[in-house]
Amino acid sequence: MPKVRVLAFARLRELLGESREVALAEGATLRDLWSSLLAAEPRLQGLESGMRFACNQRLCADERTLHEGDEIALLPPFGGG
Amino acid sequence: MFEIVEAPIDPQAVEAAVRAPACGGIVSFSGVVRESADDGRAVSGLRYEAHAAMARASFAEIADEIRRTMPEVRLAIVHRIGELAVGEIAVVVVAAAPHRADAFAAARYAIDELKERAPIWKEERYRDGARLWIENRCGEMKP
Repeated sequence: MPKVRVLAFARLRELLGESREVALAEGATLRDLWSSLLAAEPRLQGLESGMRFACNQRLCADERTLHEGDEIALLPPFGGG
Repeated sequence: MFEIVEAPIDPQAVEAAVRAPACGGIVSFSGVVRESADDGRAVSGLRYEAHAAMARASFAEIADEIRRTMPEVRLAIVHRIGELAVGEIAVVVVAAAPHRADAFAAARYAIDELKERAPIWKEERYRDGARLWIENRCGEMKP
């Protein structure tokens, strides 16, 4: 059961909080993580549009497998500048 | 100098970080909180947040890309987070180069890429009390 740290920003932070620990099944991917967050917080529905994942501060694809201690950032579309 | 800060930004301090005897041109861009939104609604202020470590890394990556074609350019980027009022500076980009063409080109590239790639978010707060998270329209240039 790998545990990962999930960081959320902007409108995702408003629903999930800044940081939370999530335990996942062995072999779970980022897509599975999103499903479990969605199950816990249905208001996330639709917010995956344009969202990207970062794993340990690098952007990565949602089929990536998660490992114990990974830091996952949920990045909604950017709005800097 | 690649930073995410909470305190007001002093553009002259950012400029001082890239000033060098070899550089005869310095272009400084400041992004400032505007009083009205794109749809004309009156804005009272903005709130920015960032993944600070990733944002700093994206600034450094942008600078690396610039140096690939313009090796003598010195670049600094500082973005502020937290609550900003109309007229306050949200971001400062400064490019110094031996000649002005590279300084202009580098500053333009850096601010355009920052808007597209830096994990920074902006919430517009309107005078009527409403709030909205704003998404940059990537790949689309606004005049």
